[in-house]
Amino acid sequence: MLNAVEISHLTVKYPDVKALDDVSFVVKEGDFLGIIGPNGAGKSTLFDSMLGLNTTYTGTIKFFEQDIKKSKKYHNEIGYVPQKPEFEKNFPATVSDVVRMGLRNESDENKIDEILQQLWIHELRNRRIGELSGGQLQRVFIAKALVNNPKILILDEPVTGVDQQSIELFFSILRELNSKQGITIIWSSHDLDAVNKLANHVACLNRTLFFHGESEKFFSNDELVKQYSEASMQEHMHHH
Amino acid sequence: MSFEILTYSFMHRALISGVAIAILCSVIGLFLVLRRYSLFGDALAHSSFGGIALGLFAGVYPLWTAYGVSILSALIITKIKDRYNISGDASIAVLLSSGIAAGLVIISFSGGFSIDIFSFLFGSILLISVNDTVLILTLTGGILIVILLLYRQLLYSTFNEEQAKVSGIPVEKINYLIIFMAGLTVVTSIQLVGVLLISALFVIPNVTAIMYGRGFKQTAIISISFSVFSVLSGILISYIFDITPAGTIVLFSIGLLGATIGIKSLGLLSKN
Repeated sequence: MLNAVEISHLTVKYPDVKALDDVSFVVKEGDFLGIIGPNGAGKSTLFDSMLGLNTTYTGTIKFFEQDIKKSKKYHNEIGYVPQKPEFEKNFPATVSDVVRMGLRNESDENKIDEILQQLWIHELRNRRIGELSGGQLQRVFIAKALVNNPKILILDEPVTGVDQQSIELFFSILRELNSKQGITIIWSSHDLDAVNKLANHVACLNRTLFFHGESEKFFSNDELVKQYSEASMQEHMHHH
Repeated sequence: MSFEILTYSFMHRALISGVAIAILCSVIGLFLVLRRYSLFGDALAHSSFGGIALGLFAGVYPLWTAYGVSILSALIITKIKDRYNISGDASIAVLLSSGIAAGLVIISFSGGFSIDIFSFLFGSILLISVNDTVLILTLTGGILIVILLLYRQLLYSTFNEEQAKVSGIPVEKINYLIIFMAGLTVVTSIQLVGVLLISALFVIPNVTAIMYGRGFKQTAIISISFSVFSVLSGILISYIFDITPAGTIVLFSIGLLGATIGIKSLGLLSKN
């Protein structure tokens, strides 16, 4: 198996604090990694660095053996679903307009319909983006991320505005993408139960990497689980 | 009332240039409005006033100096805004007042206002020359081609800069390109409605169209239609009643916006 992602000695310093301190881990192709950690643990900084939005780090980040500071090709390999898709509420774009934005090869129109069908939002394709519910929006942004057939999907789990039914659907979509299509998934989440059900690897981040390994090992370690469920509970309360 | 006016060649030039400018302003304006840059057209126009004064003072064709000054100052102010983290509306205010201030000082050096200045302030579409018409058509064609070629990049970076960056779009370059094209558009449009009313062409048809359109292309087409309608009616009606074309065009445009708000508030315009 190839290394889909390889992070070595990643350190990000802000004027007062180290947001990330010497973080190293590897994600193999086909892995489903759940990243957990309390608020301010550096999850966003980690994602921003991986996505090329923050370049002020030391250490290296590689996608499929390519250093992202040296090769721009990695943009084609990753799909990204933001935690809170921000846009002007009255932006005149339909669901298919938004998915089309993600499409690099514009002649590939069929791909849009295909992906909308796969995510159960085909009937929404001509709706304006501002009229959708949180769960529908989340699926539209997954569709946008998937429309180029990325090998890696990076997701920031939304914490509010998504109903229970949509969450279940979201989980089953993730499971299918990973197990049937072999897409490597990196998923930041506050929901330990969900991580336990879905992910096969877990990374616990709190500025440094506390744990990284198979999820069974993590969930059989009561001390770690207790510590992180408290932390994530606090985060959960914070968001509500 | 006869159709005689449609046989005059100055009227042909006015109508053709007017339609081209209407299309151009709608399309560029839609990107600016959605980027919350609605007043940027105004700022560019006011800074071009400095350029026009400079041209009149130096004996150069004023629109050439206007192109130079407005595009250059727009790019500089954007650079300063990004570097020093000045908010968008404040940077627009700086750009707007510095153009007028420089223009006023230059004019007072050259001995005060002349009739030329007024035609740039309020537009002079009926006096447009063949050369100007050709220039307007060329620029319109060129800018529309660039927009079509870079459509996805322009739309995506307007929708959400961060996500556009993640998918590898050179967002910063695209932003400068939009500002550059807006600068060209503003100076080109001065002849139609003048410095003082340009932002109306950028903003009003788009604000109206956003209330109707669902998708982006549909909204752009609606905006272009409203804008072309306002410009054509404005030019013709103003000629017939011997009133100012610039003001008439903008009032037509505002009329369409008012009617749309009326229709909406009566609940006649369904959301879907």
